[in-house]
Amino acid sequence: MVWKMVKGILIVLVLIFFLLPIYWIVATSFKQWPDIFAIPPKFVFRGTFVHYLTLFNIRPEEAAKFGQVGKSLFPPRFLNSVVIAGISTVLSVALGTFSAYAFSRFRVRGENDLLFFILSTRMLPPIVVGIPFFVVYRALGLIDTHIGLILLYMTFNLSFSVWLMKGFMDEIPREFEEAALIDGYTRFEAFFKVILPQALSGIAATAVFCLIAAWNEFFFALILTSEKARTAPPSIAAIQGTSGINWGQIAAGVTVFLLPVVVFTFFVRKYLARGLTFGVIKR
Amino acid sequence: MKSGAQLYRKEIEEYRMKLFFIGPTILVLIVMNVFPLIWSLGLSFTNYSSLVSRKISFVGFANYAKILSDPFIWKYFQITARLVVVAVGVEFLLGFGLALLLKERFRGWGLVTTLMLIPMMLSPVVVGLFWTFIMDANFGLLNFFLSFFGLRRVLWLTDPKIALYSIALVDIWMWTPFVMLISLTGLLAIPQSLYEAADIDMASFWFKFRRITLPLVSPLLILAVLFRVIDAFKMFDLVFIMTGGGPGDVTETISMSLYRLAFNKFKTGESCAMAYIILILIIALSNLLVRWIRRTRV
Repeated sequence: MVWKMVKGILIVLVLIFFLLPIYWIVATSFKQWPDIFAIPPKFVFRGTFVHYLTLFNIRPEEAAKFGQVGKSLFPPRFLNSVVIAGISTVLSVALGTFSAYAFSRFRVRGENDLLFFILSTRMLPPIVVGIPFFVVYRALGLIDTHIGLILLYMTFNLSFSVWLMKGFMDEIPREFEEAALIDGYTRFEAFFKVILPQALSGIAATAVFCLIAAWNEFFFALILTSEKARTAPPSIAAIQGTSGINWGQIAAGVTVFLLPVVVFTFFVRKYLARGLTFGVIKR
Repeated sequence: MKSGAQLYRKEIEEYRMKLFFIGPTILVLIVMNVFPLIWSLGLSFTNYSSLVSRKISFVGFANYAKILSDPFIWKYFQITARLVVVAVGVEFLLGFGLALLLKERFRGWGLVTTLMLIPMMLSPVVVGLFWTFIMDANFGLLNFFLSFFGLRRVLWLTDPKIALYSIALVDIWMWTPFVMLISLTGLLAIPQSLYEAADIDMASFWFKFRRITLPLVSPLLILAVLFRVIDAFKMFDLVFIMTGGGPGDVTETISMSLYRLAFNKFKTGESCAMAYIILILIIALSNLLVRWIRRTRV
């Protein structure tokens, strides 16, 4: 009984530790300018949407009060994030699903070595591959282009997508396509009409993980983009005012940026252990 | 009975499918990963700078010699190692402890465990940003709590003795849930019958923990720690956003100094050499992980 109470209190404390920082930044995004820096910090305050309105240039005249010069760059860059993360996810999940199916069903020469070659590409530190990418992209004119970043994110999610999808494919019984083949389907038809529908929940989970990884990515976006193709993470980090850091607007940008990640995390909560270990853990 | 021609057709079809389905993936990885790595290996033997256009000349192993004999690089390796040991060590203890605490289900168990997992899904750069706000020496929430309990305020990110541990704290906040999740998966997979059998033998709590719990979860614990060590070793975003390597160079991790070499000093050739040295270390670490994955999978 006593243990149960202690346990309950511990769990509440742990929850506070993990959630308070997130609550705090969301709360800050709704605070009026002086309240943000109040000592002691204000847990109860009169809310305002002004930081969101200036972030999205709905009330640009307000922005000058916070030392912002010119228009907020957030909307186009947020859109860049959506486009780049979205397209790269579709590409890496498609390629990954095809490869995973072939690895799962056919005998492939050097299968294990190929799979571990694929995995090892994900282990490379971003900074180490970042330098050659910078040099090659500059030679090819791919710096600060959407296509450049899409190709890169597609590649870095590809290994993950192959490994995760292979686990899902292994779980679909072979009897499914054997029956289809007997019914006169070709191999390709059997894959597209029978296996793909069965793999749908696995594909959705894989897509969400790829989407979050591309969405959150900072380093490559920092070194390979500047204006046109710059995504949200380096832009939020660069919000500055002339009179100190504009924390209200940063908080608003962070909140808008985090919201989809939190929603998607709930969608894939059953697959989190699996997704974060490349499918090594199956539950 | 299938005729020979039919069998032959089936084989061709399978072969084509393998080619179409695996080929593009391998091609993408070779073009996008192997090719740039070979390019940079070449550059690592030159004095190339992506800023200055001058004639590129071959310098042999000079870049490697310079990096390996630079005392600062060794210092930065030590800083990185300290960060990794502190962060992953605490994540391991705290994460495993939390998993033991959450082993038995209660009302709202699913919601509590999912909420706890949110930090690790967030972008490190954004996390670093709002922790910078929380750790602000004057109006930050963290110092408010300290003063609330009558403690002196701490200069979380500007005190040279503390800055590195502040970054470790944020990493711990982000990644303890990961260790917890993996441990929890392991704990929940232990057959209850083992504990029941031990209870019949009147085994002590400690005995059950040492002889049943630990041996059965340890493969997954090791997996989690290996994942974390490799990731923490590469840590860049948090450091970049929170301290930029400072104050002075007390939080200059190896990724941070490589970034500076390549993109502030634009010593591209030298930075390629340094990247290769780091790469060899990472490959060694990853090999350990891959071996462990092979063992855990079967």
